[in-house]
Amino acid sequence: MATQTKVSTSLMTGNQAVVKAALAVGADMFSGYPITPTTEILSEWAKEAEKNKKLIFLQTEDESAAGFVMIGGVSMGKKAWTATAGVGNVLMQDPLSMAEAMRIPTVTYIGQRGGPSTGTVIYSQQELNLTRMGGNGEGMRIVYAPSNLQEMYDLTIKAFNSAWKYRFPTFILSDGYLAKTYGEVNIWSLKKSDIVPTDSAFLNPKKQPNNIRNCFSQEPELYEHLLEDFADFDKISEEIVESETLGDKKSTILICAWGVVASSAKAAVEELERQGISVKLFRPITMRPFPVKDLQKAEEGVSDILITESANGQFGRIVREALYGASDATIHRLYKPAMGVMPEEIQAKLKEVIHGKAK
Amino acid sequence: MKSPRYPDTIKESSKPSNFCPGCGHSIILKNLGQLMADMKIEKKTVFAIDIGCSLLAWDYYDVDTFQTHHGRTTSTAVGMKMANPDAIIVAYMGDGGGLAIGLQNLIYACHRNDNITVILVNNTVFSMTGGQMAPTTMPHEVTNTTPNGAFAPEKPFLGPEMLAHEAHEGAYIARAAVSNPGQAYSYMKNAIQNQIDGKGFSFVEILSYCPIIWKTDAKETIKFMEEIKKTFLVGEIKKPNK
Repeated sequence: MATQTKVSTSLMTGNQAVVKAALAVGADMFSGYPITPTTEILSEWAKEAEKNKKLIFLQTEDESAAGFVMIGGVSMGKKAWTATAGVGNVLMQDPLSMAEAMRIPTVTYIGQRGGPSTGTVIYSQQELNLTRMGGNGEGMRIVYAPSNLQEMYDLTIKAFNSAWKYRFPTFILSDGYLAKTYGEVNIWSLKKSDIVPTDSAFLNPKKQPNNIRNCFSQEPELYEHLLEDFADFDKISEEIVESETLGDKKSTILICAWGVVASSAKAAVEELERQGISVKLFRPITMRPFPVKDLQKAEEGVSDILITESANGQFGRIVREALYGASDATIHRLYKPAMGVMPEEIQAKLKEVIHGKAK
Repeated sequence: MKSPRYPDTIKESSKPSNFCPGCGHSIILKNLGQLMADMKIEKKTVFAIDIGCSLLAWDYYDVDTFQTHHGRTTSTAVGMKMANPDAIIVAYMGDGGGLAIGLQNLIYACHRNDNITVILVNNTVFSMTGGQMAPTTMPHEVTNTTPNGAFAPEKPFLGPEMLAHEAHEGAYIARAAVSNPGQAYSYMKNAIQNQIDGKGFSFVEILSYCPIIWKTDAKETIKFMEEIKKTFLVGEIKKPNK
C-alpha cells in the first residue's frame, strides 16, 4: 500500500479481515447468500450494518439475486459487493457476466471450496478458471489472489480500488483455509487519496437519462463493443499485474504456485535454502491479468519448473501458456485437486527433480 | 385539429416501433410513458427491463433505463431501490421473465415487501424465441412446444393471485388488459403511487396481444383476449387497507 501507517494489529479470521478491509475502503452495500466457507462475510457485515445505519445489507434468496442486487446498488452509486464459493460461484456468473459486458464495477470475494458440484465445504484452488474467465465471455476481469491473512486485508482494499478505477468486475480469490484461519492482521490508516471513490452513479434520474443494455441486435455492434473492451483491458493490464519472485534468483529450478499454496512453497524454499539447496519461487498476485512478463523473467536460466496447485492443472495451463515458445525448461507437476499442499511434499518433489537431473 | 402528441418521455427515435404489428407492448409502453409524464416522475424514475420482447424497450424512453438479464430485473430493481430510496423503480418484464425463470426473485420481492413496482406483460407465450409455452399458456393452447395442445399445462399460472397470498398489508396487486388501456393506465398509476407513498411492493399484470405468435387476425386476436380474460380475471386483487 502506498501509505502504510499502522494503526493496530488485531487477531481475526480471513473472512473478518475481508469485511474490515471492505469497510475501510468505503464499501457501503452488501448482498449475499450463505455458503461455506464465506458465510461469515454475511454475518460480520450484518453485525456492522446493525450498528451503522448507513450500511446496506440484504440476505437474498440465491446467489444470482445477490449479484443482481449488488449491480442495482452499484448502478445507483453504491460501493456494493458480494461473497460466494463453489457452486455459488457458478450461479454468480449470471450477474457477473452482465457486469463484465456492461463494465460495471463490482467486487466479489470467493472462498474456494472443493469441486466439482457441492464437493467439499473446506478448501480448493479449483475455481481459478471460473473466476478468471467466467462463462460466455472473454474474462475481462481483475482477480487478486491473497496467500496469507495480511494479504486478505490488503488485497481487498486493492480490489475495491481497482474495480472503481478500471470498471471491470474484480475478485478476491481466496480459499477456505485462508477464510477460516485466525491470525494477526495489521490495520493501516487510509487517507482519502488511498481510496478510489465510486464517482457518480451511472443511472441518475436527476441527470441526463441514460439507456443501457447488454443485448445487441447485430454481430458488428457487439464485435465493436468487445474490441473496445479488449483494448481497454490490455492497456490497463500493465498497471495492474503484480507478482513476486523469491529465493535464489540464479537458481535453475523454479517453483510456480499461487494463493495459499504459494505460502507453502515459500516455506519449502526457505527450508531448502537452510539445507543448502537453491530454488526460486514465482507467485502471481494477480491471476487475471496474468503477469506473463514477470514469469518469463523469473524463468530465465531455468532448466526445471515445478508447478504445484490444489487443482488438476488449472494454474499449470496458465503457466505453460505464458511460457509457450519462451522456455524449454522441463515441467514437473504436483497437482492435488481440493487438497492442501504441504511444504514437506514440495521439498520432497523438488529433491526428486534435482536427483533426476543429477542422473 | 391537432395531431395526437406523444409525451416527452417517449423518444422520437422509438418510432417506427420496434415491436411487431398488433403487439400489446406498444400500447402498454405508450400508456406508461404518458403516465410518467402526467405524474411528472420522469426525472425520478429508473426503468429496468428484462429479456424477451420487453428488451426492445431499452431505448424507448427519455428516462434512465437498464436492460438486465432474463428473470433478474426484479433483483436489480431491488438493489436500485435499496441504494436510492428516493428513486421510483419500475421493473418491466414478460410472463417468462417474471413467472418462470425469475419467479423466485419476484416472490421474494413481494415477501420482503420491497418498495418497487413490477409490470408484467402476460401474452400466454414466449414470443421473442418464436412462440414456446409460457407459465401462462392456456390449456390446449398450441405453441412450438405444445404441438396440437400437447404438454400444455392443465391450468395456467396465476401470478397476481399467487403473489397476493404472500403480500404484506400495503402491497398493491392488480391485473389489467391492453384491451382496456384506460384501466391499465389507472392500475399502473395506483401501483406507482403505492411506491411513492412508501407502502411497499406493487405489481400489475397486463394481459397483452401477440397476434404473430397466436397466428390470429385482428378479430381473432380480440376474441382470444376475451377468452383468456375468463381465466385471468381483470381487477384490483389486493389494495392497501388505508
